[in-house]
Amino acid sequence: MSGQKKTLTYLLKAAFVTLIYIFLYLPITMIIFFSFNTSKLNIVFKGFTFRWYSVMLQNTGLMSALWNTVIVAVSNVVISVFIGTLAAIGMFRYEFKGKNIVDSFLYIPIVIPEIVMGISLLAFFHIIKLNPGIITLIIAHVTFSMPFLVVTVRSRIAGYDMAVEEAAMDLGATRLHTLLRVTLPIIAPGVLAGAMLAFSLSLDDVIVSYFTTGPDSTTLPIYIYNKVKCGVSPDVNAMITVIVIATMLILFVLRTFETKNSKNDQI
Amino acid sequence: MSTMTTPEVMLLPPDANHQRKGIRLSRLAPLILMVSPAILWLLLFVVAPLVYVLVISFLKRGTYGGVVASFNFHNYLRICDPLYLNIYILSVIIAAGTTMLCLLIGYPFAYIIAKANPRNKNILLTLVMLPFWTNSLIRTYGWIILLRTDGTFNTLLTCVHLISHPIQMLYTNGAVMLGMVYTLFPFMVLPLYSSIEKLDHSLLEAASDLGAEPWRAFLRITLPLTVPGIFAGCIQVFVPTLGYFFISDLLGGGNSMLVGSLIRNQFLAARDWPFGAALSILLIAFTIAVIRIYNHFSGSSLGNI
Repeated sequence: MSGQKKTLTYLLKAAFVTLIYIFLYLPITMIIFFSFNTSKLNIVFKGFTFRWYSVMLQNTGLMSALWNTVIVAVSNVVISVFIGTLAAIGMFRYEFKGKNIVDSFLYIPIVIPEIVMGISLLAFFHIIKLNPGIITLIIAHVTFSMPFLVVTVRSRIAGYDMAVEEAAMDLGATRLHTLLRVTLPIIAPGVLAGAMLAFSLSLDDVIVSYFTTGPDSTTLPIYIYNKVKCGVSPDVNAMITVIVIATMLILFVLRTFETKNSKNDQI
Repeated sequence: MSTMTTPEVMLLPPDANHQRKGIRLSRLAPLILMVSPAILWLLLFVVAPLVYVLVISFLKRGTYGGVVASFNFHNYLRICDPLYLNIYILSVIIAAGTTMLCLLIGYPFAYIIAKANPRNKNILLTLVMLPFWTNSLIRTYGWIILLRTDGTFNTLLTCVHLISHPIQMLYTNGAVMLGMVYTLFPFMVLPLYSSIEKLDHSLLEAASDLGAEPWRAFLRITLPLTVPGIFAGCIQVFVPTLGYFFISDLLGGGNSMLVGSLIRNQFLAARDWPFGAALSILLIAFTIAVIRIYNHFSGSSLGNI
């Protein structure tokens, strides 16, 4: 009786969890499914084709949207990592007046609604006469990514005994040398995690981009947003499929790399 | 995405307090070099724009959509106009509904994952996060394919003769709520998961040893101890829901105008920046109030605001 009851609860749990995962994956699965459809409408599956993948390559609007998305994401990661890592080390190592205020500033972009950040940047770029385009888009992305980077790197350093830095300097290493050979290797995993976070925030953003993009800097989400109301053609589905597969591959590689690293750490 | 993070305890090297009084320039220089780019960036692109929005919320709209300098509270009074009141009520209903649904589905889900064996746990958690590496707008587009009158659901239901005519699924408040629940679900699951996982299992064993029924142990031990997770999850779902205009736009069509779309329209379509700014200031005030309430009840702090 008790055994039966246990099996039953197990089955119920498994069914519930499976339903949630179906819910989570259904929309993306549909997009991928219809990228192989011969019909131009994403309604009924007429037959299998790869045609949309070559159509996609000739769609200049779509390709430039992809290009813009990549440029913004990569620039965002580079700038955020540079500014954010330095700030994280500096704020961890030194006590200074106004540190609390800097902390509050860092939390503003994390907690305010994205739409408010979007409109405030739109208004601000307008008065400083910076035309909306790829530059404003990169500035906006760094603004919401960099605080996350500081937080991620700082939580990583907090777990480390920084006395090794002093040890290095006592042994005659210069400040720069210590930074490059001791500090950076210690915080590298934190920086990598932060960089991945910044990259994904950039790829996932719709709202802030919507307000800070210009006509020549359309990114993929904005491109789709503009097209969705009058119908999206399947070459967009094909592009999304390529991106989804590429993301999964990158994540998989990074994950194996990470587990390998953490194993080395233990030895 | 507004993930909230608890600030970690700041560790300082042992000599920091000693030298605080006599910091020489040589010690100060690297600090300035390291921290000032971030501070300048935040002052320029976070603080200054927000101050500017606060200022224009007290100004008047110009004839051609610009801003005219004349100090007044008109924009804040306009917020109380019955025309906009309906929009707030609908927004709050949808946000509250989304939060409740996320909690009702998310709690048992997070519980099952947290109690799974360690190897499966990681895989199950990764599987929750994986779809969120694809842009939320793209996933919303996936829902349009499913929900359209000629979409997948209607086609399937007609094929199995459950319905004779396609039913209206897209462009309803239900569709908006579905899209919101879908997009914000992980923001509920992650805090719930971490608070359930931290739970001391021996407490539950003690309860069952003392003869408590499992449901009683859940109500008296598990639920109260995971309240911080519930609070954090609810805030992280409720607040963004108010601003996610693209979901109400794409899945609700013209039928569900939410606060987010209203602000968007003031800045892009109506070009009434002062009114849009006043609405934004109100949204910030509301967000800060919610976070304060959270900090007050949970004892821990979510940011220093």
